[in-house]
Amino acid sequence: MSARVLVGVKRVIDYAVKIRVKPDNSGVVTDGVKHSMNPFCEIAVEEAVKLKEKKLIKEVVVVSCGPQQVQETIRTALAMGADRGIHVEVSGKDSDTLGPLQVSKILAALAKKEDARLVILGKQAIDDDCNQTGQMTAALLDWPQGTFASEVVLEGDKLKVVREVDGGLETVRLRMPAVVTADLRLNTPRYATLPNIMKAKKKKIDVVKPSDLGVDLTSRLEVLRVDEPPQRQAGVKVETVEDLLSKLKEAGRI
Amino acid sequence: QSTLVVAEHTNDKLTPITLNVISAARKLGDEVSCLVAGTNCAKVVGEISKVQGVKKVLVAQHDAYKGLLPEELTPLILATQKQFQFTHICAGASAFGKNLLPRVAAKLDVAPISDIIEIKSPDTFVRTIYAGNALSTVKCSESVKVFSVRGTSFEAALVEGGSATKEEVLPLPPAGMSEWIEQNLTKSNRPELTSAKVVVSGGRGLKSGDNFKLLYDLADKLNAAVGASRAAVDAGFVPNDMQVGQTGKIVAPELYIAVGISGAIQHLAGMKDSKTIVAINKDPDAPIFQVADYGIVADLFKVVPEMTEALKK
Repeated sequence: MSARVLVGVKRVIDYAVKIRVKPDNSGVVTDGVKHSMNPFCEIAVEEAVKLKEKKLIKEVVVVSCGPQQVQETIRTALAMGADRGIHVEVSGKDSDTLGPLQVSKILAALAKKEDARLVILGKQAIDDDCNQTGQMTAALLDWPQGTFASEVVLEGDKLKVVREVDGGLETVRLRMPAVVTADLRLNTPRYATLPNIMKAKKKKIDVVKPSDLGVDLTSRLEVLRVDEPPQRQAGVKVETVEDLLSKLKEAGRI
Repeated sequence: QSTLVVAEHTNDKLTPITLNVISAARKLGDEVSCLVAGTNCAKVVGEISKVQGVKKVLVAQHDAYKGLLPEELTPLILATQKQFQFTHICAGASAFGKNLLPRVAAKLDVAPISDIIEIKSPDTFVRTIYAGNALSTVKCSESVKVFSVRGTSFEAALVEGGSATKEEVLPLPPAGMSEWIEQNLTKSNRPELTSAKVVVSGGRGLKSGDNFKLLYDLADKLNAAVGASRAAVDAGFVPNDMQVGQTGKIVAPELYIAVGISGAIQHLAGMKDSKTIVAINKDPDAPIFQVADYGIVADLFKVVPEMTEALKK
């Protein structure tokens, strides 16, 4: 198949880092903090690379929006096996207010420009936890969406997607082109090997501006403040099961 | 102010989170309408008409609404919005609402707000970010506010005393770009995880999927649902739909018993609003003890069967 897949990746604070709220409540501390590719985006990249290895698609194009540093995230995806990258340059204040709606407009414009048959994204980013970009990209393109995917099967010009829903699994069949968002069990992303990291350095990353794609970055959402969540007080240690059960009975919990 | 709540249901029954969303909608004002789209949903329409605070129930029935596909529901919601000009459109932050609302919002060219836990004013909402490690207060200046609601953050509206009017909405021609094939729901006699009063959850400390039987035995004595940490899901012990955490289910039962769970940040985000938390872990330094009301530092393989035995008496 000669299809092209577009994969979006996001640079976020590494999942293992303890998040600290800034003292002036304007956001969380990001300076000097380790960043990585959003784990759900890694799964999206892996799925696209697997499709290519199975020769079901021709090319994997990886996109990231943000300041210069997102090129590192694009390189990671290239080292995992993506073919080329597009860096949509957004910096300064625009980068602070860049949200899923603006990113979806960028992705939809690129999907058209690149003539993609499939867009694969992570189901959510672990920083803003929005879980919106895939759904909105699909809407803007008027394509069907297979969100929270745990299995994706290409069936000619159709795509079968098994989705993680609240009570279990759901299967849908989508007409291509389509948007898929990756859930945890879709696959296990590979680690980039050293030779592949070296090879990725030679792969091409195009830099474009949102205005080149006709996308306006105005945001009508404003974060007024960011706070620490209320902390739960640690309780007591009990020694025996008997003791535990009597305390739970006293509290009226059992 | 006027709010549209998109009802989640199975044709026969309203999904419980819809009642929490209705409570959230009422905080915005008295004009609350609910949209019920389905194939044969007279029963649900009857149920939702009785919910306290619902003024109007909009009903759209068509075979195309089977499986409540977002590709089919979105044009319907847009047509409804055109007719009634709601100021707010919302649904539960469940797999259903998370799948649907962003699609609707993008079509309206507005930025949606996911998973709100508090309404400060009709344009200002609080939501969690970074797996519950920070709270973000967001002001939305969009012409129509589209948001999903965390069920555990709002009381369920009562299914009595209401007397909503019913209005048929003409279904639109099917979009036809997606097809619902099947649903494989995990069968269980136990209560549903997100609405259970008691939840027993297991982590990597359980060591295998088979050992979850210990938790099922305990859960049956407590009429509890059984959940799991992401570590236990990733290790393949149990299916993903049991996962409690920021990327799984958010629960807030009266009693949460964490067994062999260390207490990773993303797990705590899914359960720290529980009223009483019990932790059973052999590692005294496990972070779960920092949020637990009662902790036992002991081998779960000894303590859990002992609890089950004691509860039999």
